[in-house]
Amino acid sequence: MAIHIVDRRLNPGSKSLENRQRFLRRAKALVQGAVKKSSQERDIKDVLEGGEISIPLDGMNEPRFRREGGTRDMVVPGNKKFVEGDMLPRSGQGSGKSNGPGEGDGEDGFRFVLSRDEFVDLFLDDLELPDLAKRKLAEVESEGIHRAGYTTSGSPANISVSRTVGRAMARRVALRRPRPEALAALEAELADCSEARRAEIEAEIEVLKARIRKIPFIDPIDIRYRRFETVPKPAAQAVMFCLMDVSGSMTEHMKDLAKRFYMLLYVFLKRRYRHVEIVFIRHTDKAEEVDEETFFRGPASGGTLVSSALQVMHDIVRSRFRPADWNIYAAQASDGDNSSSDSELVARLLTDLILPASQFYAYLEVGQDNGLTFDMPDSSLWTLYERLRADGAPLSARKVSERNEIFPVFHDLFKRRGKQERVA
Amino acid sequence: MTATDQLLFDGADWDFRTLQRICDACEDIARTELGLNVYPNQIEVITAEQMLDAYSSVGMPLFYKHWSFGKHFAYQEASYRKGLMGLAYEIVINSSPCISYLMEENTATMQTLVIAHAAFGHNHFFKNNYLFKQWTDADGILDYLEFAKSYVTQCEERHGRQAVEQTLDAAHALMSHGIDRYAGKKKLDLRAEEKRAGQRRLHEEGAFNDLWRTVPAGPVKSGTVLSVERRRKLLGLPQENLLYFLEKSAPRLAPWQRELLRIVRHIAQYFYPQSQTKVMNEGTATYVHYRIMNRLHEQGRLSDGNFLEFLQSHTNVVFQPDFDHRGFSGFNPYALGFAMMQDIERIVTNPEQEDREWFPDIAGRGDAMAVLRDTWANYRDESFISQFLSPRLMRHLRLFHLHDDPAQEEGIRVDAIHDERGYRRLRRELARQYDVGFIDANIEVVDVDLAGDRRLMLRHTVVKGARLNEADAAHVLQHLANLWSYDVSLVEVDEADVVLKEHKTTPRTVAAVA
Repeated sequence: MAIHIVDRRLNPGSKSLENRQRFLRRAKALVQGAVKKSSQERDIKDVLEGGEISIPLDGMNEPRFRREGGTRDMVVPGNKKFVEGDMLPRSGQGSGKSNGPGEGDGEDGFRFVLSRDEFVDLFLDDLELPDLAKRKLAEVESEGIHRAGYTTSGSPANISVSRTVGRAMARRVALRRPRPEALAALEAELADCSEARRAEIEAEIEVLKARIRKIPFIDPIDIRYRRFETVPKPAAQAVMFCLMDVSGSMTEHMKDLAKRFYMLLYVFLKRRYRHVEIVFIRHTDKAEEVDEETFFRGPASGGTLVSSALQVMHDIVRSRFRPADWNIYAAQASDGDNSSSDSELVARLLTDLILPASQFYAYLEVGQDNGLTFDMPDSSLWTLYERLRADGAPLSARKVSERNEIFPVFHDLFKRRGKQERVA
Repeated sequence: MTATDQLLFDGADWDFRTLQRICDACEDIARTELGLNVYPNQIEVITAEQMLDAYSSVGMPLFYKHWSFGKHFAYQEASYRKGLMGLAYEIVINSSPCISYLMEENTATMQTLVIAHAAFGHNHFFKNNYLFKQWTDADGILDYLEFAKSYVTQCEERHGRQAVEQTLDAAHALMSHGIDRYAGKKKLDLRAEEKRAGQRRLHEEGAFNDLWRTVPAGPVKSGTVLSVERRRKLLGLPQENLLYFLEKSAPRLAPWQRELLRIVRHIAQYFYPQSQTKVMNEGTATYVHYRIMNRLHEQGRLSDGNFLEFLQSHTNVVFQPDFDHRGFSGFNPYALGFAMMQDIERIVTNPEQEDREWFPDIAGRGDAMAVLRDTWANYRDESFISQFLSPRLMRHLRLFHLHDDPAQEEGIRVDAIHDERGYRRLRRELARQYDVGFIDANIEVVDVDLAGDRRLMLRHTVVKGARLNEADAAHVLQHLANLWSYDVSLVEVDEADVVLKEHKTTPRTVAAVA
């Protein structure tokens, strides 16, 4: 009888994928809770890593009629010293093992591994960036044309003259094409010279001319065309402004909180937009655009004028990020100090210039290490923003003093909202 | 026939020609020397990932979709990745042709072992054991699974995924009580099942006439109260196959829900023999691979090095930790089964006086394979152990019996050990551990309150004081009530007919009406 041997290794794998998805869908609430918890514990930079989570078995268990208790009889191997009638203490050796396998094993958590994508999807699932609907259409990609070097073929309109002439010259030099001056000099010499010399010169001129004919001024191999590529142009590109007060009153702890907030914002934007730019603006009583390292670590001292940062941001927006092309997100972190004389200017900059151009403006007020969030007194900046919000300005403000408060805060900020409802 | 003194392979590498050679060599030994009678073999080479896939859908090559399989997959994948769990070397399916899955990672020696074990050992057992013959339909199972899969998909399209999932959840919860334990019904013909479902639907569609709904119903028949006996007879009570009862008698299930219950019931029934013959099945397969591998080595077709590799994994497979060993989790069916098969071989070919007293029928008969083949065909774990566990093996395994009575405060009593007084008691107790009648709770439908609120009444006969876990029972009963659509009550009754506890459940969702 012939035995069939089949190679199934090339069959499509992941036959269980659909079952797995069904399981995740069913366990969604539980898994989401577990993901939230696990992302609070882990470092934010690892947020996108996926990994193992544990969910309670409630609701996911598959109940069966199961019996427990009663008298039990077991036959087991490996008797070493017992004789009939011996009594073994329950807690001791022997009885511990005789509890029997297969009697419910009391597992209270169900651990399994989520892939990176599954993790992130769940993590971000019930979040939505504010007013995204407004730019929804803009998310449709449009094709743009982009210069991409040179090519040897193309349409005549695209000939790159400078590149072509340059290559032609290089070739002419390399092949020693006679220069026109040399020919002109010979011809001038020919006009007044002896008969004997004439024949010689004429021959020389002939040689030069032949050479010139053989080596063309511009050869087809010299021609270069400008090359264009069509690239998907992310119409939905975003720029994220990180504004931070770096005056002396900001402690390392506060900066750390702010940093985590920015990172999360970045994660969200990165997912939503093909291209995300980050601009770091730090300020004391003067503001400047800096790189990330300086932003978080660089020393600075001085007073505090929030308006300076807003002014710099506005300038940068105007010069580099036209609101028509860019989704502008701003996240400001501060301990809340601001000189009171500055308030009016801040209010005006925000309402007139910044907010109309931005998708989203978030203000994060960071507190002391051991501070209780709800005990934080309203700072001058907080009071100002409260007032602006009461007037209907679309900005969000939050207070945070512990690292593990960041995520919930963030979650609140971006929670799906009704159309009119503002973030509280 | 190829020359027998030639090595089948050298080293660990194999290719498909090697597999073919191995199969031929194994088959030769299996047929001529062991006299095995097997289904045609189909051997499929798969990857580790595909093995995990197969694990999560109870080893079957195709199965309907359900979240619980995804859950098992997620769990097994996690433990596999962490290295908590190795994968089986093979999976074998009781079908005709008999499909064995081999992992591509196996070495040539392991492939030989696995082919001998699965494609000949298990295969012979599937084809010849009376339980498998009686309860399973090896020819039809793959087609039936295909039908089940597409039927479930169709139901999801017609009635919504959620409704289907609810029904399947409920059916799965009752799966262990969806089995006919006693023969008497006609043998399962899964191909006919498939046709039946299709025909019924065609008939429904063809015979549907909306006008009938408008015909006024006749006067309600006089409400004579049926006698208890008559009522129970009409409903076929008492009935321990809960899924069967619901499929036939639940008043408000839609036809497709009944079909789903039927599918789950058939699949449970398909696995019923496997749960009753773990020790024998593995024992048979292990014995067969051991014989074949030894013979291959004797014939010079397996090098000494490869043979040592085989012995090493064979020894791991039949390792039986003692009760106080860290890794102890009950009897290893491979170890117990293999030890008993070898013991039978010894009794048949080289008995001692004790064996002649205990096993007069087989001791010294001479032809070990004939006795073994007969055993493999006609016993299940419980009867096998109570018939063939010899005193010598009990001494060898140093068996002893623990009796754990919670009322006994001093502790657990050692009730019998491997001595003259204990042999029979040990054997009886061990056999009982494998008796399906004791493994699952004894729950029956006893009555339906037809005159009143249509309450479904069940009864759990408590054995040795082991009551149902309350939380789990509540969940299962909820599923049951949802299918039944009316209240359900379950009483737990001890041997003396004293009611220990009553569980009651009200349906939460009314079963969908198509």
